[in-house]
Amino acid sequence: MTDANTAEPSDLGDIRENYLAQVQRRRLYGGLTLMIFVLLMVSGFVVADDRNAGGFWDGLHQIGDYPADVLSEAWEKRADLPSLLWKFLPALTETINIAAVSTLLGACAGLVLSLLATRGLARWPRLIPLFRRLMDMLRAFPEIVIALMLIFVLGGGPIPAMIAIALHTAGALGKMFSEVAENADLKPVEGLSSTGATWAQRMWLGVLPQVAPNYLSYALLRLEINIRASAILGFVGAGGIGYELRNTMAWGPGRFDEAAAIFVLLFSTIVLFDQVSSQYRNRLTEGLGQ
Amino acid sequence: MTAVDLDHAKTSAVHSFARKRLIGFTLLVLTLVYFVFIIFAFDVAGLAKRANWDNAVTLASDSWSYKTHVTRTNRTGEISYAVEGERKGEYPAGQRPDWVGGTADITVDLGEGHIVRLLPDNVTEFEVPGFGLIRAQAEGRQITTNLPDDLPEWINASTRRVAVTTPEGRVMITGAKTDIFNYFPGWELFWFTFESPYYGKSPTQILFGDQIDPARGNVAGAVSDVWNNPMWRHNDVAWAIGETILMAFLGTFGAAMVALPLAFLAAKRFTPIMILRAATRRLFDFVRGVDALIWTVVLARAFGPGPMTGALAILITDTGTFGKTFSEALENVDQKQIDGVASTGAKPLQRYRFGVIPQVAPVLLAQIFYFLESNTRSATIIGAITGGGIGLMLTQAIQTQKDWEEVAYYITLIIIMVMLMDWLSGWLRGKLIGWRN
Repeated sequence: MTDANTAEPSDLGDIRENYLAQVQRRRLYGGLTLMIFVLLMVSGFVVADDRNAGGFWDGLHQIGDYPADVLSEAWEKRADLPSLLWKFLPALTETINIAAVSTLLGACAGLVLSLLATRGLARWPRLIPLFRRLMDMLRAFPEIVIALMLIFVLGGGPIPAMIAIALHTAGALGKMFSEVAENADLKPVEGLSSTGATWAQRMWLGVLPQVAPNYLSYALLRLEINIRASAILGFVGAGGIGYELRNTMAWGPGRFDEAAAIFVLLFSTIVLFDQVSSQYRNRLTEGLGQ
Repeated sequence: MTAVDLDHAKTSAVHSFARKRLIGFTLLVLTLVYFVFIIFAFDVAGLAKRANWDNAVTLASDSWSYKTHVTRTNRTGEISYAVEGERKGEYPAGQRPDWVGGTADITVDLGEGHIVRLLPDNVTEFEVPGFGLIRAQAEGRQITTNLPDDLPEWINASTRRVAVTTPEGRVMITGAKTDIFNYFPGWELFWFTFESPYYGKSPTQILFGDQIDPARGNVAGAVSDVWNNPMWRHNDVAWAIGETILMAFLGTFGAAMVALPLAFLAAKRFTPIMILRAATRRLFDFVRGVDALIWTVVLARAFGPGPMTGALAILITDTGTFGKTFSEALENVDQKQIDGVASTGAKPLQRYRFGVIPQVAPVLLAQIFYFLESNTRSATIIGAITGGGIGLMLTQAIQTQKDWEEVAYYITLIIIMVMLMDWLSGWLRGKLIGWRN
């Protein structure tokens, strides 16, 4: 488009031709990209369908069978549902606790890491690349890897899951925090350093008050993600509601009422945290504008 | 400003400071109380009892080293040599490691003066520098030794079983067999197993040397032997990685394609009918709330284990997330561009295509590519649950609790895969959106 502007508008036909050629080229590129994408999707679908135990089209008819079985059995035994909900409440609390503690620990570690890895704020500016790579590493480790290895060493229970999620959270939040901190106003920091404040004081009093709303909002979002993660990790052996779910799943029919109770608990917890955190986050970010 | 005003300002400042301090202090105390509660709830004190540090040592040393077993079956006197004691790692008949010598009496040199001799009549002698000669004989199920009653920590002896662990290697004698473990750093047989004619050949020999296997060319044969290595299963591992990436790819883009039209339904700008809007939004909340874990469990029943199940689980969950963020982006589009397109006589679909999509495309694409990377990680975990991809191989290898070098190999590959996807998603975001760091 800039070509058309710089070219001398001597002849309207030239411009028109130029423009049409450009449009054609754009369409060609766009069409090619789209074609490659469609090709990838279709071949990917075929390969995935091929390597799956059950086919996609056969499974599509059965997709409702399992939920229907669970629901019908749960409906027959609906009188037991409240007591079952009560029975699995401790497991749910454990799952939430794992998420909350790991978010707290991860946010604290991420906070320190982010300040150490931000240009202009770092305590040791030369070590910024080191801390950045460290955060990348922490983020790249899927939680399940650390959790499974810790379960082998520390035995089952909530602690391996907690450590695994906290490490990942530190990396993930560290990166987001550092993006926020990069935009922080450096004047308060300069003012504080002129009074002889230490690095910790400069960060605590000069930077944190500026970034706190954003940090809190990211941490809340992370809490929501971590609740899901901690439920999933339970499924592979680290306590909580995921573990109970696996046990009832392994049992199959006859315990579908318990599976239903766990589904209900998990679903309502996730929705609750989702709604509350989204409300609170909206308030935090809106408050910034005022 | 008068002195009174200043005083007033000062007191109010002091008050506000005091209030802030109080709030900060209360928060700190509450957090500490919560941590104390957690220490009891998670039984941190019992951790020391539950933890098995031997496992940690095995894990740490096994992941970067391997052991070769020299095993004598006491009944027949037969001696076999195998890497990691696996059938697939057995030395071919007539071959043995170069640290084993002798014909009638087999001498195993573990290094640093540690020498084991396998003598007739099921006698085993172990020379340990600084300790002396340990001699043990297996007769039936009974084992007689020359060991004193007072034993150091690294020797574990009873009448049924004797185990001697030194930094150089380990000897284990039972009534049935004598096992000698010799440890070496590295991942043995990573490229070729003993069956392969290319074992022990250097890369230059394979690339430029004479033809080794008369049946096939050097390069083709070597590549096929590495690919089909029965010990490390590079073939299966590559497929597993491919499956995991496939799950993330199909799931993310499938979700985006399903979510985009639905997002129009959920946006106030484009759907004036309140009930339709609310229904779509509740649908998004529902599929997001059910969570990938439950979707995986439910879908695995219908589709069986495999990458398709994982891809669908990601697709359904992310449809909710994408739907929500897409509809938020659609709420914020500029009306002027739509009006402009409409003024040329464009139909509604054309108005969306040329008036709305170009405005929101960068935001949407950034979101999609960001999720592509994070879904690679999710796909690893979902694979472990539903049974597909590298996640399954990893959990299986961990559950056998002995192939830690394979676990280390898989973890390395997973990390590389996630980092590559991270880089790729960043690069694509930059390319397509023209956004540069």
